[in-house]
Amino acid sequence: MRADLIALLPELVLATLAMVVLLAGLASSKRRHGALAAGAVLSLAATALALGVAATATDPAARLFSGMFALDHFAVFFKALFLLSSALTVLLSLDYLRRNDARPGEYYALILFATVGMMTMASGTNLATIYVGLELMALSTYVLAGYFRREVKSHEAATKYFVLGAMSSGVLLYGLSLIYGTTGTLDLAVLARTLKGGHASESTLVGVALLGCGFLFKVSAVPFHVWTPDVYEGAPTPITAFMSVGPKAAAFAMFLRVFLGGLGPLDGQWRWLVGAAAALTMVWGNIAALTQDNVKRMLAYSSIAHAGYALVGLVAGGPAGIQSVLFYMLVYTVTNLGAFGFVIMLESRGYAGETVQDYAGLARKHPLAAFGMLLFMLSLGGIPPTAGFMGKLYLFAAAVNAGYVVLVVIAVLMSAVSLYYYFRIVLQMYLRDGEDAEPATLLAAPWTERVVWACGVAVLVIGLLPAPFLAAARATVGVLGLP
Amino acid sequence: MGFATNLLNIICYVPLLGAFAIIFLLKRDQSRAIKTVATVIAGLDFVLSLPLWFVYDPAGPAFQFTFARDWIPAVGARYHVGVDGISVLLILLTTLLGFIAVYSSFSAITHRQKEYYVFLLLLQTGMLGVFISLDFILFYVFWEVMLVPMYFLIGVWGGPRKLYAAIKFFLYTLVGSVLMLVGILALYFYNSTGLKAIGLPGLGNAPTFDVTELFKIAPQIPPNLQFWVFLAFFVGFAIKVPMFPFHTWLPDAHVEAPTAGSVILAGVLLKMGTYGFIRFSLPLLPDATRKAVPWVAALAIIGIVYGGLVAMAQKDMKKLVAYSSVSHLGFVMLGMFALNPLGLTGSVLQMINHGLSTGGLFLLVGIIYERRHTRMIADYGGLAKVMPVYAMLFMIITMSSIGLPTLNGFIGEFTILVGVFNRSTTWAVLAASGIVLGAAYMLWMYQRVFFGGITHEENKTLKDVNLREQWTLIPLIVLCFWIGLYPKPFFRILEPSINRVVQAVDPDYLNRPVAQLAAPLPTGSGQEH
Repeated sequence: MRADLIALLPELVLATLAMVVLLAGLASSKRRHGALAAGAVLSLAATALALGVAATATDPAARLFSGMFALDHFAVFFKALFLLSSALTVLLSLDYLRRNDARPGEYYALILFATVGMMTMASGTNLATIYVGLELMALSTYVLAGYFRREVKSHEAATKYFVLGAMSSGVLLYGLSLIYGTTGTLDLAVLARTLKGGHASESTLVGVALLGCGFLFKVSAVPFHVWTPDVYEGAPTPITAFMSVGPKAAAFAMFLRVFLGGLGPLDGQWRWLVGAAAALTMVWGNIAALTQDNVKRMLAYSSIAHAGYALVGLVAGGPAGIQSVLFYMLVYTVTNLGAFGFVIMLESRGYAGETVQDYAGLARKHPLAAFGMLLFMLSLGGIPPTAGFMGKLYLFAAAVNAGYVVLVVIAVLMSAVSLYYYFRIVLQMYLRDGEDAEPATLLAAPWTERVVWACGVAVLVIGLLPAPFLAAARATVGVLGLP
Repeated sequence: MGFATNLLNIICYVPLLGAFAIIFLLKRDQSRAIKTVATVIAGLDFVLSLPLWFVYDPAGPAFQFTFARDWIPAVGARYHVGVDGISVLLILLTTLLGFIAVYSSFSAITHRQKEYYVFLLLLQTGMLGVFISLDFILFYVFWEVMLVPMYFLIGVWGGPRKLYAAIKFFLYTLVGSVLMLVGILALYFYNSTGLKAIGLPGLGNAPTFDVTELFKIAPQIPPNLQFWVFLAFFVGFAIKVPMFPFHTWLPDAHVEAPTAGSVILAGVLLKMGTYGFIRFSLPLLPDATRKAVPWVAALAIIGIVYGGLVAMAQKDMKKLVAYSSVSHLGFVMLGMFALNPLGLTGSVLQMINHGLSTGGLFLLVGIIYERRHTRMIADYGGLAKVMPVYAMLFMIITMSSIGLPTLNGFIGEFTILVGVFNRSTTWAVLAASGIVLGAAYMLWMYQRVFFGGITHEENKTLKDVNLREQWTLIPLIVLCFWIGLYPKPFFRILEPSINRVVQAVDPDYLNRPVAQLAAPLPTGSGQEH
């Protein structure tokens, strides 16, 4: 029992501190933005410390809480990633909330709660644990999407997100119940043994299909993606940034663990389904992004497309596939948070400054920030020497090795297409000068700027010297009960 | 850590350091200082690359000045650079044209100068990196990196349709190169763990992207895999060359790019495609290459004739030169796919020649464009009277482009034709028609621009070329004469490297009794011409 609790230490610490932040938010006046954000970041740092302690003290192979929970390298990698993305989100929010005069109290607490949920998802080795984590994350995110109550768009985003998210959770749950009903277990390890032993019944397969649909919704894959652009557009921009990296990575963690771990023996049945979804996602995400004038919508479609690339790694499976998805999530997190950071700096009060045209001439006025944005766009498009290239290289290598050459060909062609819309921003920033009116002014946002800087450096470092980061992802070999 | 082991790194990264120096040390309005630093850096880079010419030992190992370090051990990608005779010449061409591009931009570029020179220098690092890389991932990184500065050069400082031309250039080349990446991955896995889906077991070697390692397994790669990989590489390289029918990005990019951009584009960037073929496709995929010969030759011949015919119909000088590039690069490809030493030697030499003569032509067009802001042939006429020096320089470069004996173009085209003749008489005859076309469109343009009366009032007061402009052209002209009159050193430096390629792609060729060879090996062939 003691070992179980030590392994759970990060979640316990974060949940406790999240409540402290919540109470502090209620107690403090409206203007204590800095103190609350500092509290949130410190909570995440403390959790990172706890994670370090827990990871060293716990046997990665141990089945904790009777097989409900694990703290293997896979979970540790994702937890560290979540802590990083949440901390960066908090920093991105600081200036934004201040500027929009929003109440900071519950906001940071909700981010922390969502992080607890995501961490639970990454560690869950039982479908019930995973589902609990998922709901904690999802409920917190619904509220965050609608945090600007007076903004119609934010309101709309939250409602859509909630209704569709709840429905997808229902579908997912129905799939779970079918799997439980036909196999008698929710434990992924037991499930894998059961399925390996005998023939899976049709009801199990229906359950797997429903589960797959629910998961595809959570990673916003086509055809379950329709909520994404509206929600991303309407939500407060830091929350959009957060949703596109944290909850998405968490959804991939659960997708990998459930489908390659517990449902691994059925891969002959689900692989074509996920493979088709991956292909559709890449094609449609990229094509739809081509016509978007609103940068947040464009980045929403881009995030759909990137989910498609990551699904290719899932389809590839095996240690290489898993590692490539992990590495890609890291790459995508720093790149996308950086890109959204830039959008936040540009956004003036309300929803102005969101169209591509607002970027005209920025390179002249803000050369360094524009250079950062250029790096993020290159990285999203997968052009070296940025992290995005290394991420895609590793992902596609895994898929070619596993034999999914057609998927890879679609993926690389679609990444070429994606450059068109990423470069629309670059074009506006660098190529349009003096033709239109005075370029927009970036708002003074010191913390946002620091995050953008940090992400820019990270994008270059991972792009040029990816070895240590790959090594971290490679430590997960063999974790999901695979060879 | 001697000078020799680091020489390639120094050559490659000096422009990058120069770019950093300009970014961080100079302000936007210090235009004089920016120009000086850029010129000094580009000139220094050229001087640094000269030792390659003198120290490279043709009789020595295949790749010299090598430098290898682990880079991404997890996947077996290494930082491995080195040069053979082919890359030595291309590096020298790059550093020379890089310097000329910087030096020729002083008066043409008047706005956003700081960024301009930064991008030019970054571009140079990218191009040099491509020519020195001996690791596929490293090669690919440089190959793509170079797209970004070129995109900006066209997009910011280009002509009226610059935005369209820039993105078209970018996307075309990108589509080709991403497919190439898939081909690289297929080779990589065949060498190591195999490709499970198509039931192809791997060779079980340690995973590596190192080209020199992959060369060793080339004969073992099954024909089927060779075919697909060749196709993937072909798309990537053929778009870059550009071969017919992938050439449509070229006229747009050339016409819209600023002069220096066109010089670099024609002089070096196009060579990266042909270099890719000769470095990777031929030695790594010999079987597929031999099978592809008729197809590639057909496309090359179509390119030669089509490029020539379209060039003849152009009213814009820059467009004419652009289409002439399609024709000339057809020659290069045809010579290469003759797959014999003469064809290949001529092909590499013609890459250099095309860099010199087309680079020169773009410079010349740029000079007159700066004065009159038009490139239409019809806007000129009788320029020989007002700009005699210019007319003479233009004449020499035109002759070099046409392939007049005593100038470089002749040596290249002649060697190619002998090599091609060796393979097929018909091809040689068809290709030779391209030379006739070349003479026709070039001379016709020359006649319309320089001879006759001055039909436009504005042209009467045109100033002849100034000293700086002359000095951008003189190195090119000297080289044109050198290669034209005494090409032996060039043949000498190329011969062993070319023979290695032939040995890899068509091992029987070199073993055939001499009596069956229609033409001798290029040993000492310099004296024949």
